[in-house]
Amino acid sequence: MKAKLERITLLGPGLGYLTALMVVPLALVLSYTIFQRGRFGGLVYEPTTENFRRAVDPLYLDVLVTSVWIAGVTTLLALLIGYPTAYVIAHLPKRAKTIALVALVLPFWTNFLIRTYAWIVLLSPAGLVNDALTGWGLVDEPLQLLYTKPAIIAGLLYSYLPLMVLPLYASLEKQDGHLLEAAANLGARPARAFWTVTLPLTLPAMLTGCVFVFVPSLGNFVVPELLGGGRTAMVGNLVRDQFLKARDWPFGATLALAVVAMLVVLLLIQAWSGRRLQGSDHA
Amino acid sequence: MLKKIPFWFAYVFLYVPILVVVVMSVNAGDSPYSWSGFGLGWYAELAHDQEIRTGLVNTLIVAAGSTAIATVLGTMLAVGLARHTRSKVLDAIATLPVILPDIVMAIGLLAFYSLIQLTLGLYSVLLAHAVFGTAAVAAVVRTRLTSADPALEEASRDLGANGLTTFLRITLPTLAPGIVAGALLAFTLSVDEFVIAFFTAGPQSPTLPIVIYSMVRFGVTPEINALATVLLAVTFTAILAVQRLTRLTERR
Repeated sequence: MKAKLERITLLGPGLGYLTALMVVPLALVLSYTIFQRGRFGGLVYEPTTENFRRAVDPLYLDVLVTSVWIAGVTTLLALLIGYPTAYVIAHLPKRAKTIALVALVLPFWTNFLIRTYAWIVLLSPAGLVNDALTGWGLVDEPLQLLYTKPAIIAGLLYSYLPLMVLPLYASLEKQDGHLLEAAANLGARPARAFWTVTLPLTLPAMLTGCVFVFVPSLGNFVVPELLGGGRTAMVGNLVRDQFLKARDWPFGATLALAVVAMLVVLLLIQAWSGRRLQGSDHA
Repeated sequence: MLKKIPFWFAYVFLYVPILVVVVMSVNAGDSPYSWSGFGLGWYAELAHDQEIRTGLVNTLIVAAGSTAIATVLGTMLAVGLARHTRSKVLDAIATLPVILPDIVMAIGLLAFYSLIQLTLGLYSVLLAHAVFGTAAVAAVVRTRLTSADPALEEASRDLGANGLTTFLRITLPTLAPGIVAGALLAFTLSVDEFVIAFFTAGPQSPTLPIVIYSMVRFGVTPEINALATVLLAVTFTAILAVQRLTRLTERR
């Protein structure tokens, strides 16, 4: 009896708060996807599949595909740069390691908008990159760097790269050195030992990093707006516009659901790979 | 050496944009891009900007308020989850705010506030920020709990202390460093948060990120370089201070 009272006192307030301001709002968004937009904004509570049909309309499907492509390229680049970076950090001496880790997260803790703004300064026609290119005589006229897809990818990569490096670092750091020794004793050269021992063991961390980079990139609307100039809209921009400008909440909720669906798929893949790896440990 | 190229690339990539902004903040000229001599004029401009001052005050109110709620709820939640339940569902609810895309949370809260007909203001942002703040505090405190020894709590009970006394005199002091770290995390996350604030703030109560957003959107001015540099200096100092603090407490 007493234990039960203690449990309710400890868990009740927090879970109650999260339920009221997160679970209920999420359920609300989910339920909006089957309703219609009223003539003056509000909602008409008559079930419809219209929102889903509109979401796969070529016009919107194109935005979804572009968003997945941009977030995907960002994630791939983050992995290609992040993995070797995490590998080097994990093998640094202790003091250098601490410095490298702090230096890695410092920019990440600065305001997200400021980080994006820095790229406007860099990439604008009169900015540093174009100055350097024209100064060295590599190009005659300033290039259009800002308001392009690569600019969006650079901005997203800049913001989320540490989220790829950190889980990979954690995984590489705690890896058992004996496994590599065993591989070497059995005649594997370092490259082969890396591909057959280190890499498979870091697969769950790679997937974690990919989720951490892909998900916020996909739903982002600030970077596409500031660095893409609104010409390359991503799904986040659509959701924002449906809620704050067009006031078509049911359709906005449906587009947001697409983002959540992709998150769920990624988390399932991640959980599956983690379990598979654990399973092979016992074998 | 060749193997370290991506490593060096990563750090150059992370720091060049920041350096450019800092250098341009002491530019005397009107352009935020091209250099025309040293000057601190933009810092003077910044100091007199009423909008930024309002935004800063709003942000500090939201961060302080939401951190207060998050610290209390998050700590209790962490202890409850670690000691009193094995439910996977409750676990998931407590971690969901961390992985959920901010835009989904933002539209959910907007929909919820409009359903209960709450007029948007500063408190609507404060309540929203307490959601991910609670999850953050709970996550940090839980890592501390797993390394804490439950035998201390059992001993306290065996010696006749009731649940509340044990919680206040044994559990809380053991968890104190974790609670402080969690509160700092919740505060920083709130100060930096833009998307949820953008959706749930009333038009009369913009937070600092909202002010920055409209400044960047409607024309780039060198004043933003100065503001960025000040913010960078504050965060860098705070992070380094926290680093030092944790190293000092670890040594003890």
